Amino acid sequence: MSEVIVVTSGKGGVGKTTTTANIGTGLAKLNKKVVLVDTDIGLRNLDVVLGLENRIVYNLVDVIEGNCKPEQAMIKDKKSDGLYLLPAAQTRDKSAVTPEEMKALVNELRKDFDYIILDCPAGIEQGFMNAIAAADRALVVTTPEVSAVRDADRIIGLLEAHGIKNNRLIVNRLNVEMVKHGNMMTAEDVVEVLSIDLIGVVPYDEKIVVATNTGSPLAGDGSIVGTSYMNICSRILGEEVPYLDLDSKKGILSKIGSLFGKQ
Amino acid sequence: MRLVDFFKKKTSSDIAKDRLKLVLVSDRASCSPEVMEKIKNDIINVLQKYVEIDQSGLDIKITQMEAEGDANETGPALYANIPIRSMRHTD
Repeated sequence: MSEVIVVTSGKGGVGKTTTTANIGTGLAKLNKKVVLVDTDIGLRNLDVVLGLENRIVYNLVDVIEGNCKPEQAMIKDKKSDGLYLLPAAQTRDKSAVTPEEMKALVNELRKDFDYIILDCPAGIEQGFMNAIAAADRALVVTTPEVSAVRDADRIIGLLEAHGIKNNRLIVNRLNVEMVKHGNMMTAEDVVEVLSIDLIGVVPYDEKIVVATNTGSPLAGDGSIVGTSYMNICSRILGEEVPYLDLDSKKGILSKIGSLFGKQ
Repeated sequence: MRLVDFFKKKTSSDIAKDRLKLVLVSDRASCSPEVMEKIKNDIINVLQKYVEIDQSGLDIKITQMEAEGDANETGPALYANIPIRSMRHTD
């Protein structure tokens, strides 16, 4: 049984593409066969985050227009076995694809893959409609900021209106230090205002910038960020995984304090 | 508001959460003008069975109102100001 998951957010720049790359890498590490589809036609980015930008021959629009077969356009990942990328077209725009065409393509991919992950463009226009047309469920990415959470709420409403259920929330770029000083909402705060269940919290870490510089996702590398992504992947597979204590730099005193139920 | 809260300074994350809650209430409550028009017509139709309404003075909209029993919470509310010309006596 294959599953089609769309990674979406509404607001741009909250980490959809990075999340898609890491979840793909993580699911492949858990021995799943995964294809990542970049549906952001005209603003192709997933290829560079994965470090596969030099290998593109054909793209999503070529496949849909029948210029090539899906397997000719798909690029095998350098590092992870079982991970493939279907890149977006860079010189076309969102209107090159219709929701029906996207659905037909994704249904074709279902035969060969355990997971089909769709990286959705920002916004709620045609690109978004194309991406969600074929999805079984969605991962909504947000950062703990008023603007991002507001857009996430809008997206959650639209997903439900289109009959997409079992959606989950990823709170990305949580700055543990700022939360401690009361200058950033906690993941619990975000979950409280949105009517959606949490599937993961990813802390802010400069390592993500470095990983994007070099085109190598962090999932499963042993770091806190990499482990956060792996935990999300395990939860996608239906496992119960406890949430990480992101505040690993806690002093001895506060650790003793937490022993007595004090935070 | 409790006395302890009064002395505790609000952090910026508290402010963010409060602003977010408010903005989401109005985002979620906002409905299209067509739906609003339908609600308005349905209300008029029901009321006209019993009273004669001054349609020119009619005002129906969705607004924010303080929730009952808690002045800190607000929720969406349907506000309707419907002037009545006269009662219809059917029996």
